[in-house]
Amino acid sequence: MTETLLSVRDLKVHFPIGKGLLAGAKGVVKAVDGISFDLKPGETLGIVGESGCGKSTLGRAILRLAKPTDGTVVWLGKDFFTLDKASLRKARRELQIIFQDPLASLDPRMTVGAIIARPLKTFHPELSRAQVDARVKEAMAQVGLAPEMMRRYPHEFSGGQCQRIGIARAMILRPKLIVCDEPVSALDVSIQAQIINLLRKLQRELGLSLLFISHNLSVVRHISHRVMVLYLGKVMELSERDAFYANPMHPYSKALISAIPLPDPKAERARERVMLQGDLPSPLNPPKGCRFCTRCPMAQEVCHSTEPPLSPRSDGRLVACHFV
Amino acid sequence: MSDLVAGSPPSLTSSPPVGQSPFKASWRRFSRNKLAVGSMLILALITMACFAGPLFFPYGPQDADFENISAPMNLFSIHPFGTDEFGRDLLLLVLDGGQVSLAVGFFGAFVAVLIGVIYGATAGYVGGRLDNFLMRTVDVLYGIPYFFLVVLINIVVGRTTGGLFVSIVVVLWLTPAVIARGQAVSLRHREFVDAARAGGMTEGQIILHHIVPNSLNVVIVYSSLLVLEVMLTESFLSFLGIGIQPPAASWGSLIDDGAAAMETDLRLLLLPCSFLVVTLFCLNFIADGLRDAFDPNER
Amino acid sequence: MPSTRTSADVAARQAAAPILSARDLTVDFKLEHGWVRAVDGVSFDVRRGEVLGIVGESGSGKSQILMAAMGLTAVNGRCSGSVTLEGQEILNASPEQLDKVRGSAMSMIFQDPMTSLNPYMRVVDQLTEVLVAHQGKSKAEAVDIAVEMLERVRIPDARRRISLYPHEFSGGMRQRVMIAMALLCRPRLLFADEPTTALDVTVQAQILDLLNGLVRELNAAVVIVTHDLGVIARLCDRVIVLYGGRIMEEAAIDALFETPRHPYSQGLLAATPRLDDDTAHDLRTIKGTPRALAGQTAGCPFAPRCDRRIERCTAETPALQRLASGRAAACHLVTS
Repeated sequence: MTETLLSVRDLKVHFPIGKGLLAGAKGVVKAVDGISFDLKPGETLGIVGESGCGKSTLGRAILRLAKPTDGTVVWLGKDFFTLDKASLRKARRELQIIFQDPLASLDPRMTVGAIIARPLKTFHPELSRAQVDARVKEAMAQVGLAPEMMRRYPHEFSGGQCQRIGIARAMILRPKLIVCDEPVSALDVSIQAQIINLLRKLQRELGLSLLFISHNLSVVRHISHRVMVLYLGKVMELSERDAFYANPMHPYSKALISAIPLPDPKAERARERVMLQGDLPSPLNPPKGCRFCTRCPMAQEVCHSTEPPLSPRSDGRLVACHFV
Repeated sequence: MSDLVAGSPPSLTSSPPVGQSPFKASWRRFSRNKLAVGSMLILALITMACFAGPLFFPYGPQDADFENISAPMNLFSIHPFGTDEFGRDLLLLVLDGGQVSLAVGFFGAFVAVLIGVIYGATAGYVGGRLDNFLMRTVDVLYGIPYFFLVVLINIVVGRTTGGLFVSIVVVLWLTPAVIARGQAVSLRHREFVDAARAGGMTEGQIILHHIVPNSLNVVIVYSSLLVLEVMLTESFLSFLGIGIQPPAASWGSLIDDGAAAMETDLRLLLLPCSFLVVTLFCLNFIADGLRDAFDPNER
Repeated sequence: MPSTRTSADVAARQAAAPILSARDLTVDFKLEHGWVRAVDGVSFDVRRGEVLGIVGESGSGKSQILMAAMGLTAVNGRCSGSVTLEGQEILNASPEQLDKVRGSAMSMIFQDPMTSLNPYMRVVDQLTEVLVAHQGKSKAEAVDIAVEMLERVRIPDARRRISLYPHEFSGGMRQRVMIAMALLCRPRLLFADEPTTALDVTVQAQILDLLNGLVRELNAAVVIVTHDLGVIARLCDRVIVLYGGRIMEEAAIDALFETPRHPYSQGLLAATPRLDDDTAHDLRTIKGTPRALAGQTAGCPFAPRCDRRIERCTAETPALQRLASGRAAACHLVTS
């Protein structure tokens, strides 16, 4: 079935700065500034970018955890942003999220079993205690947690285990899409690998779709089918995974990949590097024209005046650049 | 989990016993504070004495024992603290007065905290204009001298214990409200609140199941100080004569009477005073102990 | 620039005397539940012109090694063993003795520039403070040196920017300021604790490039602590792999990445996702969780997670054995 699961069109999330009774808005941070993409069932889209690119805000806005300023999101054929509160709550069953800081996303006062059970109890208050417990144990087993740990508290677990608890909580309602907001960034390498493998397993066995938000391109490569590169709230490139890593087209994509230090000294020494100058511009004051023009090694005059549209190339990938 | 921060000691990740909620961990810490635990015991004793003690007396606090007027203190007689010039048993007077002081103190604090927390948590969690409005109201109320309020309420309601109770609560709910609001504001941005929202909980459910339990820490700490404040305020007002009115008595009003009789009979002043002072000290140590055990900022 | 990282180069450099020598460094901490050991008998040398990397995950004790050397261990910590800088013992030295060497002979770059720079002081004051205190320069001279160093770390418009406050710099620039501050007195030994972990990837690349150049220029000895194998591969000549407070393996950089000998090193390298590995298969992981700090235990700290362990591994702690060509490994199964 190729029916689209999620369809985002021109999503914008702007935060005004400096409001208050007497002060006017001093400026607007355009965290997400016109992002569009589709997601098919069972597909994982990797969303990458550095700080200020808006990737986290995008993930939250899609779930309506952050207030979108403009744009539409169509979820399973329905306009997600115009849903009333009751329908929105119902829709939440199928859209879940896991967070970057595993411990912070768990209520420290609740037992792990209660945390995982909570979404289930919210939507199915009719279930008996025994039924809820059975589902919780099933979810815990699915993510590799010993069910006996149900009565412990979050602070008694390690970071990787907390992340598994977060995943179990997200999984218990058998959602169709999970937004993963930097889920492995706070974890050690060996644990990161375990969690990535777990997510891969859930992808395979349950046909889950993921929006995998991360700044780590190596990790994204292991889990995504397509990759979307963001810079200052706009899409620079959207591409099939293998094509992207073999041949990144946008200059920013090239710089990103080039910047990752490889765990291989010989390869490191032999590498051609694309070094960017300067730092990220402030999101309060993005450059005119192409957002990337102040740091792009290929920038020309037109880049400073006209914003390049995100347009398809011959192999179907989308790139926003005048010269590629 | 992040690695060891420069210069700070590392922490164990798996040593505490199984299934210990942060709440229980805090209580364990509290129980190791000998001063606080001792104070709780003393306070419990005083409370028991004040509420159960008078039952052992065959007469009431205002009953006069004409045979033993102005009896001196003699711990082995039927009047352990002696009697005053009207023949009233001083121990019974003090215990009876303690009932009012303690009841107003604890109950008053409880009600003030309840109102304050509901008000503040709602303001903090909802935010925006409601928050603005509610908290500016609090700011305005803070500006009104509490004395003025008390007198006003006294005039309106009349000089009753109920009136006193209302005026104290009306003044003292403000601080718990501000504290609860602060807690709610910091909690509403925590990721587990986002997770709850993503899990389909309504705002009301979130306040009830997530915001309030996580605010309890701070609320407990400040409530203990509030009991102190309420007791002091009541004592002060009663001492000034605009609090508890006869025939009811509290430690404050007894101190007032005792101060008047200071030159003739020091006991009338010292006895209620000592009870009040010991109680306040105990409350202070308990509050300190609670703060060391519960306050997340101290950890 | 000629490579300084092959085993042959490493062996050649080993002939010179080390500038920093740690012998049996052990750091214990007193916690609510008793004493725990963060660093367990670590020994290593660093020579001028050499970049030593210490790689490990959380709880490995890597940061505490630097803290101990700099005299920054927390008050509930207890250090034993020996750390000598140019022959002089600095472990557990008095604050006066440490003040003489910190900032001048040895200095440190921290992970988070925002918390290691004083937000209430202008950058110029923070930089010149070090010069005036340690080298007796006049304020005007100090400012000139500071500006020159800021230009060296490629901060544009340095003379004007130096009067700004730290929060007025971006993250990458703050890290450069911290590097400038650390290098001002031309230290002979530089410690770096996760210097690029808090930075964006493109900024990290710039900083790594900068560090690479500066360090070669100054011929300083550098000890870098990180969990990122890519950073190690980029910057280091030799590397120590740490787990549970003990050294698991020590080798020249090429040797470690090509032929890791210790099961933990192998596991770590296999678990690291790369841009060029096979995505059809799951990543090879190390089961279990990184070891939490504990009291002293017998046996190899990695044994619970090692899939090649034998009985001897839990009974007897393996010593760090010297192998051929300057390598070392602490494993009962690695003998040559």
